Amino acid sequence: MTMTVIFIYLALVLAVGTLSHKLFRGTGEDYFVASRSFGPFLLLMSLFGANMTAFAILGASGEAYHEGIGVFALMASSSGLIIPTVFYFIGTRVWSLGKRHGYLTQIQYIRQRWDSDGVGLLLFFVISALMIPYILVGFMGSGITLSQITGGQIPVWVGGLIVCVVTLAYVTYGGMRGTVWVNTFQVLIFMTFGLAAFIVIFQKMGGVENGMRMVAEKHPELLIRGDKIKPLQLLSYTCIPLSVGMFPHMFLHWLTAKRASTFRYALVFYPLCIALVWVPSVLLGVLGSVDFTLKGPEANSILAKMIELHAPGVLAGFLGAGVLSAIMNSMDSQTLALGTMFTQDIVRHYGFHDKMSEKQQVLFGRLFMIAIIAMTYVLSLFVNRSIFRISVWTFTGFAAMFPVVVAAVFWKRSTKYGAYASILSVVVLWLYFFLKGSEEIGDAGLMPVAVILIVSAIAMIIGSLLTKPPAPSTLEKFFATDGAVAAKRGSRKIHV
Amino acid sequence: MKKAFPKWTLYLGLILLYVLHNDLWLWNDSTLVFGLPAGLAYHFGFSIVTAVLMLLLVTYAWPKHLEVEEEGGREQ
Repeated sequence: MTMTVIFIYLALVLAVGTLSHKLFRGTGEDYFVASRSFGPFLLLMSLFGANMTAFAILGASGEAYHEGIGVFALMASSSGLIIPTVFYFIGTRVWSLGKRHGYLTQIQYIRQRWDSDGVGLLLFFVISALMIPYILVGFMGSGITLSQITGGQIPVWVGGLIVCVVTLAYVTYGGMRGTVWVNTFQVLIFMTFGLAAFIVIFQKMGGVENGMRMVAEKHPELLIRGDKIKPLQLLSYTCIPLSVGMFPHMFLHWLTAKRASTFRYALVFYPLCIALVWVPSVLLGVLGSVDFTLKGPEANSILAKMIELHAPGVLAGFLGAGVLSAIMNSMDSQTLALGTMFTQDIVRHYGFHDKMSEKQQVLFGRLFMIAIIAMTYVLSLFVNRSIFRISVWTFTGFAAMFPVVVAAVFWKRSTKYGAYASILSVVVLWLYFFLKGSEEIGDAGLMPVAVILIVSAIAMIIGSLLTKPPAPSTLEKFFATDGAVAAKRGSRKIHV
Repeated sequence: MKKAFPKWTLYLGLILLYVLHNDLWLWNDSTLVFGLPAGLAYHFGFSIVTAVLMLLLVTYAWPKHLEVEEEGGREQ
């Protein structure tokens, strides 16, 4: 029965993705950014869905199983404050520039902003390298969930493969529109079923308060921060959500908004949506400590185990579908973003000197997406690490490059050399801390992301101040005009 | 007409919330508040307050100058 429900859900996902293709206009801009036509609801669903990964659902509950309720403060409530703030200050401005100049990727913007192919290429490689593990997390999560929910009837590798094929089908066929329609459907599914899981499981435990009392008896340390999370760790973790400023899939989603004002709803509802998803995930993870004894990455499956134990049958199928929704709606956006970057920033820019037919753009986009998904799926078969840890390292890299987008958007005096210095400092320090296995610096809980971010900002400032200021014509293009004025001057759509 | 919330007060609100995120006073408090451990209940409330601040931000400090004139086309 569980399997039937999950397969019906996957069929619905495919149907929604296929339906979206009816509106396809046959152009690259429509395929990659849905002709910049989305309203407030679809934008909120896509921004939220793209950010809710296996990390949020499985990683959060797995981490809460080990570390307790402090996980919510570490990642969720800080994200609820910082992510909408980034949308407000950066997202709206990037949207405006994207609409005026016809950008489809952040590399196009960065390349033109500093008039440098080199900076664009460097950023392309760094972003691609960081995105692969992020997509990998999705495959790991989907394989684990399907296997767990079906009691092992679907092996982990088959589970990952099924999700791989379904995602591939609707992303390559429907492009951005298909992705966002499916995202919207999936966000509604995982929020509804996530809350249902929460209610059903806690009802069986005699209510939330009773559940927490059971945890208090067995593992009281999970209900406080205590020594598990240090104050400096909480503070430095607030740097992690800055990663949304540099995620290529968030950039792509920003560009899909019809107007700047479309962002308003996303800003207001984002903190609430995060709380609604993370509170149940964290509570279920903590509650899992009453029933299960798991070690290390085994805790990634705590949510699936809780569902299997407390809500088997049809409900388990619904809940499994909810978890899969959360996983797939970030994987699809990430894959679409990488495919768009390969097509636009490498093939179109270098192979076709920016002259590529609409059909060719769509074809290359699809081919790259197939390659990315296939490669990541194979990698997922050999990796066995904590979803939370992999995600945090990915976030660290993106967050540490935040000074690049801030300088691009706000600092006229910033130069390509400053950008080079900033990105390279991130690469060097990230590799250093990652290879050293440092999840914190010293004993006080300071996260590497805080240090790398500060160094990256200093590198941007020094690198820029020591080099020649950008040409006035470049500044005129990016700073002298605001949206309405630029449109009136007829300076829109400078093709890149 | 004067705005009820000048832009700077809302920016100050963002900074204040960032500071209040570090709830050191609840670090080892395991009291249950509405059935939730105090540290979790606080941060749930924090998320609601953040949404209210965002509402004020989009109402009183929206960057209208970023709007780009429409080319037409249907919103989805």
